[in-house]
Amino acid sequence: MKGPLLWLATVTLAAIVGPPLAAAFGVDPFAVDLLDRAAGPSAAHPLGTDELGRDLLVRLLEGGRVSLLVGIAAAIAAAAIGAAIGLIAGYLGGWTDRVLMRTTDAVIALPLLPLLVVLAALDLGKLGLPRTLVQSDEISLLRVTALAILVGWTTSARLMRGAALVARNRDFVRAARSLGAGVPHILRRHILPEVMGPLVVATTLGIGDIILLESVLSFLGLGVQPPLASWGSMLSNAQELIAASPQLAIYPGVMIFATVIACNLLGDALLQRFDPRAPVRG
Amino acid sequence: MIRFAAIRLVEIAAMLVLMSFVIYALIGLMPGDPIDLMLSSDPRMTAADAARLKAVYGLDRPLLDRYLAWAGAALSGDLGYSRLFAAPVAAALPPRLGNSLLLMGSSFALAFAAALALGTAAARRPNSRLDRAVNLVCFAGVSVPTFWLALILILVFAAGLGWLPASGVAAAGGGGLGDRLRHLVLPVATLAAASVGGYTRYVRAAMREALAQDHIRTARAKGAGELRVVLHHALRSALIPIVTILALSFGGLVSGALVTETMFAYPGMGKLVFDAVMGNDYNLALAALLLATAVTMTANLMADLAYAWLDPRVSYR
Repeated sequence: MKGPLLWLATVTLAAIVGPPLAAAFGVDPFAVDLLDRAAGPSAAHPLGTDELGRDLLVRLLEGGRVSLLVGIAAAIAAAAIGAAIGLIAGYLGGWTDRVLMRTTDAVIALPLLPLLVVLAALDLGKLGLPRTLVQSDEISLLRVTALAILVGWTTSARLMRGAALVARNRDFVRAARSLGAGVPHILRRHILPEVMGPLVVATTLGIGDIILLESVLSFLGLGVQPPLASWGSMLSNAQELIAASPQLAIYPGVMIFATVIACNLLGDALLQRFDPRAPVRG
Repeated sequence: MIRFAAIRLVEIAAMLVLMSFVIYALIGLMPGDPIDLMLSSDPRMTAADAARLKAVYGLDRPLLDRYLAWAGAALSGDLGYSRLFAAPVAAALPPRLGNSLLLMGSSFALAFAAALALGTAAARRPNSRLDRAVNLVCFAGVSVPTFWLALILILVFAAGLGWLPASGVAAAGGGGLGDRLRHLVLPVATLAAASVGGYTRYVRAAMREALAQDHIRTARAKGAGELRVVLHHALRSALIPIVTILALSFGGLVSGALVTETMFAYPGMGKLVFDAVMGNDYNLALAALLLATAVTMTANLMADLAYAWLDPRVSYR
């Protein structure tokens, strides 16, 4: 557990601290220098430059910031929404449970990537959103986060429903019900603490999944848009120079790989802690 | 059980109808009206021409009318004309479908065979070095971004060593069987490597649980050979979750693998859907998406039925 935790902490710290530090040193991640494209490591650029002459190290850190931001925010939001749906379905049972679970199953059954492509390429202006918002830089971040939440909530919904089904038959829950406690109170104070363990595990694993999803979307050009950096879009841009400067593709890929594997290892370690007999997630 | 299956089939049909409408509406929200695109690229077109073309294609009618027209035609077997391929959808779809089935089928079979072997071997020696190594490989497998793996493979095997072609289905002018197989190697390897991690984890967990059961110990005590114990006794119990993920993966056969196909310029269903959606080609996109959804949902139903059939303790009444 220590290894992946250390790596994640380092990457997060670097992503938060790095860009402001670099700005203090005068290195701008968006500063294009076409005369210095795809250069090797040097004193001015510790890892070299990318295909437009921007400093590679700072781009990696910026990309890390974007990927981690989207990953963590979307994972927490998806877990919260999914948990709410799953807990309500599991605790209340009956028709609520049937309807909610049927919806969840239907969403799970949809082919993922084609629908994401459709949703990611939507022209939000046609939906009636104001033009200034639609064409801003940050909108792509919001879109990717929204998409990740849209596909990510189902895992925690199913998980929490199962956990709620078990928890609602516990004695202390029955006692609370017989004392006249209302449903929201029971859910919040009695059921939630019981199910936090698997939820935390699912969220941690979700961060890794969402980082991968965001990188695929950015790679396809549907995720984070330039000039914002993201590991996925850096990989996409590196393709044309792949033969001459493979390092442009290797660095972002290694970062994605290492961060996702760290999330998975951490999640698995947490799983062993909370429930050593639990089956492999899926 | 028949009743269960019948209800599910009705639900699938209802979902498909709902999805077709949602996708139709969503594609309409994509940027770029096709006639406007033509208008901006052809200087001789006038606004009057554009209006006339829209009337011809029926693009000036409200969404519901257009959708119902499409639905009516589709239900009577006419899937429409694909603007992107300049061919009827029924002609443009099958070759890509065949390519996808070939690619996904081979990589799927390869990954699954490897997962069975690795997962069983790891489950038989829990917590040994082999087990820990397999576990680490699984983690790596599910964490690696597919497009990066494809890039590395292309770098090493196509650009660096020049052993294998980096793209396409066959050499220009059509090659023989050997040539087509050479073109399949890298894409299949990428996809198999990306999916083997997930499958192996399932197999390992399922086999581990199966091998810990009492009847395995009894079989060994009665003198059954190791091969028989593993293949005949343990696998039978482990088969239930394994068949479930097998069936669930069938859906992927038709939806294709967009990223891998893009990286290797392999003309499959994934790329088809992407191009159709981005190119505002309603007919093709709808046909391909609905086919993929129908296959996925039917595969899920098969998985549930197989689960009930394999495990007598489970009933759907």
